[in-house]
Amino acid sequence: MRAADALMESLKAEGVEHIFGIPGGANLPTYDALVDADFRHIQVRHEQGGGHAAEGYAKASGRVGVAFATSGPGATNLVTAIADAMMDSVPTVFVTGQVRTELIGTDGFQEADILGATLPFVKHSFQVTDPRQIPEYVHEAFHVASTGRPGPVLLDVPQDLSRADIDYAPRTEPVELAGYKPASGGNLKQVRIAAKALANARRPILYTGGGVVNANASEELREFATSDRFPVTSTLMGLGSFPASHEQWLGMLGMHGTVTANWAMDNADLIVAIGARFDDRITGKLAEFAPHAKIIHLDIDPAEISKNVGAHIPIVGDAKLVLPELTREYRALQTDPSRLDAWWKQLTGWQDEHPLHYEPAKDSEIKPQFMIEAMHRATKGDAIVTSDVGQHQMWAAQYYGFEKPRRWINSGGLGTMGFGLPAAVGAKVACPDDDVVCLAGDGSLIMNCQELATCVSEEIPVKVFLMNNGYMGMVRQWQELFWDRRYSAVAMGPSPDWVKLAEAFGATGIRCEDSADLEETMATALETDGPVLLDVRVTQEENCYPMIPPGQAARDMVEDPKMVS
Amino acid sequence: MEAGTPQLVKLEDLHVPGQLSGRKHILSILVENKPGVLARIAGLFSRRGFNIDTLAVGPTDDPSISRITLTLDGAVHPIDQVTKQLHKLVNVLKIRDMEPEETVAREMAMFKVSSSVESRAEIIQFAEIFRAKVIDVSRRTMTIEVTGSADKIEAFERMLRPHGLIEMVRTGEIAIARGGD
Ligand SMILES: Cc1ncc(C[n+]2csc(CCOP(=O)(O)OP(=O)(O)O)c2C)c(N)n1
Ligand SMILES: [Mg+2]
Repeated sequence: MRAADALMESLKAEGVEHIFGIPGGANLPTYDALVDADFRHIQVRHEQGGGHAAEGYAKASGRVGVAFATSGPGATNLVTAIADAMMDSVPTVFVTGQVRTELIGTDGFQEADILGATLPFVKHSFQVTDPRQIPEYVHEAFHVASTGRPGPVLLDVPQDLSRADIDYAPRTEPVELAGYKPASGGNLKQVRIAAKALANARRPILYTGGGVVNANASEELREFATSDRFPVTSTLMGLGSFPASHEQWLGMLGMHGTVTANWAMDNADLIVAIGARFDDRITGKLAEFAPHAKIIHLDIDPAEISKNVGAHIPIVGDAKLVLPELTREYRALQTDPSRLDAWWKQLTGWQDEHPLHYEPAKDSEIKPQFMIEAMHRATKGDAIVTSDVGQHQMWAAQYYGFEKPRRWINSGGLGTMGFGLPAAVGAKVACPDDDVVCLAGDGSLIMNCQELATCVSEEIPVKVFLMNNGYMGMVRQWQELFWDRRYSAVAMGPSPDWVKLAEAFGATGIRCEDSADLEETMATALETDGPVLLDVRVTQEENCYPMIPPGQAARDMVEDPKMVS
Repeated sequence: MEAGTPQLVKLEDLHVPGQLSGRKHILSILVENKPGVLARIAGLFSRRGFNIDTLAVGPTDDPSISRITLTLDGAVHPIDQVTKQLHKLVNVLKIRDMEPEETVAREMAMFKVSSSVESRAEIIQFAEIFRAKVIDVSRRTMTIEVTGSADKIEAFERMLRPHGLIEMVRTGEIAIARGGD
């Protein structure tokens, strides 16, 4: 069998149904094999879009996302998406074409050392040197990408090798890699110590992250949180793994988190970190982070434990397996539930005094926060929301109120503008029965707007709700607050006309400038067949609050000066 | 409840173990003998800001496996974090943080020194004390090979320097555990 056909067979054996990509010289054999293979291939319009679509697909479904690109520029166009998938632990497999073996190292046409270029941000990578390796490497790639802490795996296939003839036999035995042994259950002794420490805590808090989503451990988290009245906060990446309507939910923490969540961390005596990594957007000034707290750190990646903040009780393991053990051990201690009353009195006091709020709109203007609230109502809080990067992303995180995991898909670790639309393409392909809304920023959307063509041509009806503030707002906010309002290269100007742009692509374009119409216009957009771009003109120079100013501690959180007076 | 364990764990009794050991560490790392493995390791060290003091790579008794021996300063780097990051590389099979008491570590070095006829005897005498070997002689220079711990090699270097050290080549330490196992 031709090796490229064996590649298809191996992908099929891994359960792949959808592939995002663009062909070129070096992966012609792969694309030829694709003709007879039974996949749905989504022909994206830029390899970066294909990479983010694979991420969106993976984040929405929990399955491995797959993207193809040719050698050289095709492969380098994938680099941002690969780095993004690494930062956010997204299970993805990227298959790149490479120049013919004899050209490798000669600066051949469209040769790029993609293996070398991506070494710093792949979970693992392979370059095929013998065509017989192809099936084996595919299975190893899927195994590594999807187990343990998930991540991107690159498979680089020289053109000549994918044309070679090999004997293919379907693999029957599971993949074994001598140097790769992901953790599973936690050490029971550590779990017991953690339970006993929790029983002694007066001001505990659960600080949860994207790891809970990746582990599909939302139910287990809820069981654990409600085994007592543990307050719960989450990072940007963990939103939805604990329902926002739950009375124990404190809101997101970190730079644009709620005052209550951040002050709770600052005052806690015991923090249980679950699948979270103490990123600088969470800790603020590291030396002043959670000064009173002891830390239980549960993570599947041992290298995360004590990397940024020392753990008093480390537990290496899969949250899905460890949380039920912890719940059981904790319940067995039969603690007195009234022990947390004083803590809750303090927390609810903060919630009452420092809620998320914003200045009311004047006339018919649309406040960006209001736009998110309208979006929540129009989608009944149940859409899959993908996001770009900037203020709109933070407002969505604050105001949408995610109830379920895998409904909030954004670029957290790398903060990649232009992520939202291609990620929505992937999410919609993975979950065709769900409403998929891309909450876009005007600065971000233009970076990958070519994927509107993908939406139209491939009939992927995503709804783009553009928060158009005329600025690269988040940068403008920093320039206003920390750089004396000296605006430098942040205004977006009059171009493009988004409605016309949508129409030029063959999508529906709608504009909304009046807050009274917004919710209804959104509902119309959701009901309209095919892809829709809704250009929402929001007030331009709104700032996102509350905020921990860069380099400061949680207790220095600043609220909207317009609201505090 | 386990017998003998206190009912509850007092929070004030919990401590984070120190991250810095304050001493030199020798890591003996078994890796798959595959292209790019060294680049992965070197890249990991540079991007995480870990400084390698010495690095030696060679085959093992199994041709599919290579050994990388590297030394780094545990006063500057949290060794635990270094080894955990290394373990994440799929091609890394085994890492051993060699216990100083239970390890024999050796390095080889070659020194080229300028040697006049008058100084030659003294240099040869130093070499004998250090069990070093003269491996090349020219009219104005001598080249000496020495094997030993890094400390010994540094001591030898200090002896030779006053004579005019022209060039020094060191392999970096390799290490093996003492006794059985
Ligand atoms: C690819 C990329 N380039 C630059 C940045 C820096 N950056 C962060 S937020 C932002 C502004 C985003 O503007 P927009 O999409 O309009 O969102 P807004 O903040 O206005 O809601 C910029 C430029 C980035 N995160 N990603
Ligand atoms: Mg904007």
